[in-house]
Amino acid sequence: MSVDAATVRRIAHLARIAVSEDEVPHLQGELNAMLAFVEQLSEVNVEGVEPMTSVTPMQMRKRQDVVDDGGIADDIVANAPATEGHFFLVPKVVE
Amino acid sequence: MTDLTSLTLAEARKGLADKTFTSLELTDAHLGAIEAARVLNAFVMETPDQARSMAKAADERIAKGDAGPLAGVPLGIKDLFATKGVRTTACSKILGNFVPTYESTVTSQLWRDGAVMLGKLNNDEFAMGSANETSCFGPVGNPWRREGSNTTLVPGGSSGGSASAVAALLCMGATATDTGGSIRQPAALTATVGIKPTYGRCSRWGIVAFASSLDQAGPIARSVRDAAMLLRSMAGHDPKDTTSADIAVPDYEAAIGKSVKGMRIGIPKEYRLDGMPAEIEKLWEAGAAWLKAAGAELVEVSLPHTKYALPAYYIVAPAEASSNLARYDGVRYGLREQGKNVIELYENTRAEGFGAEVRRRVMIGTYVLSAGYYDAYYLRAQKVRTLIKKDFEDCFARGVDAILTPATPSAAFGIGEKGGADPVEMYLNDIFTVTVNMAGLPGIAVPAGKDGQGLPLGLQLIGRPFDEETLFSLGEVIEQAAGRFTPTRWW
Repeated sequence: MSVDAATVRRIAHLARIAVSEDEVPHLQGELNAMLAFVEQLSEVNVEGVEPMTSVTPMQMRKRQDVVDDGGIADDIVANAPATEGHFFLVPKVVE
Repeated sequence: MTDLTSLTLAEARKGLADKTFTSLELTDAHLGAIEAARVLNAFVMETPDQARSMAKAADERIAKGDAGPLAGVPLGIKDLFATKGVRTTACSKILGNFVPTYESTVTSQLWRDGAVMLGKLNNDEFAMGSANETSCFGPVGNPWRREGSNTTLVPGGSSGGSASAVAALLCMGATATDTGGSIRQPAALTATVGIKPTYGRCSRWGIVAFASSLDQAGPIARSVRDAAMLLRSMAGHDPKDTTSADIAVPDYEAAIGKSVKGMRIGIPKEYRLDGMPAEIEKLWEAGAAWLKAAGAELVEVSLPHTKYALPAYYIVAPAEASSNLARYDGVRYGLREQGKNVIELYENTRAEGFGAEVRRRVMIGTYVLSAGYYDAYYLRAQKVRTLIKKDFEDCFARGVDAILTPATPSAAFGIGEKGGADPVEMYLNDIFTVTVNMAGLPGIAVPAGKDGQGLPLGLQLIGRPFDEETLFSLGEVIEQAAGRFTPTRWW
């Protein structure tokens, strides 16, 4: 399988990465090189094989449903590029 | 007094305990070495004030007879580990001047045991790379050069700063992380020892995530014993990482010098690649002969799905990365590039903040997870991963204790020499190491010799899950036979 220019633009938008028109041919070439490389997986017989979900067998650990952290709003916003009080600021989302 | 930077960690521990020198003297010697080696670009942030105050605190603890196992030992920390109050960037522009308000579990355990932080080490951006060339702080120089050449070579990656700093004697050991070979490949290219423990051995909490089902922390050190000392402090169960294993951490140092007599060592025939350099083949044979001389039994084994590990990795790792890196949106931390609306803000921030390799991997990961392609790519790759793991399980079930392979397909190469036209050329560096991450197993790289141009080469040992001890025992045999290698100082 290989990707065309329209697919490159669509993936870029899905990935939320701005891509200029002149970057598209280059990216298309690189993505297709990677897809050509992984193409060899199609020759593996995976009939009846379970997909891996956990590399080491382990039981899902559960914790008590209690609040054990919090009250650190100052820490949470400490690195934000734009804040007001304990809120993150973004461009207007809802008209 | 001998040069304090030339000691191993084990030797420094003795000197500190005997009061031959103080941690402050040891730390100052390393801070001086770092200053004189800035051309290597191994450190992206030096923290001399913090280092000296930690060293003084360690000296006090030693004087009181309350020294932890790493008391007073100065270390470098890969910039992927969150360090409280010290800028942590994963060497990406998108994290900007991110200063964590918390400490990663692994580093907090090192400080608990008395270690001293010298600063933060360079790495490939988000640990995506095999040459430390994708860092936003620029490439790292390998302290090793070809004989009679002035060309600066790469130290490997992604933990290139860690490997370079340990090899150049700038720190006594370093933390590193390994998703496809990022501890073992740079260790091999710099004649240092690097171990990626079993998945789940070290907590991933507070380490910048790349591919969460593959990422593991481990040390890069000057000797096998030093690596054992560091791993013991780094490892251990952490309730904050649900994939961290609740299994007691053994005293790894006790495994050093233990007899390997009667151990069965597998030599996988699929690792004998077409066109493999004769020097690599010779090194592999030498390693097998050393283990045999120490009483181990060598057996040929087959890992039939080996060739599919790298392509499967380049689906699984980018897929997980595209998901993990979705958090970098210019809203909560790091870089922000403005946009007309919030979507444009995301797109502009991520275009500006991510480097070329990261953008490429996030995009391929987005593609293989997108509607209509998930089954063909991601699901198939996870099935292949099951088969790769089963290859190893079958091998261990036949009584094999560990597997011996080359660590890398070549020695260090020049900056800009690989991967310019085709990204896959760079990816092939990890061909011997990536299988181990796909199967969640422990792997150690140990220096074993040099190529015809005087560059170091390493061997890799792969162990059963949670049996790092066997790797330390076998690694020590190789280190004793091959000797240790130190670069000639040119910086």
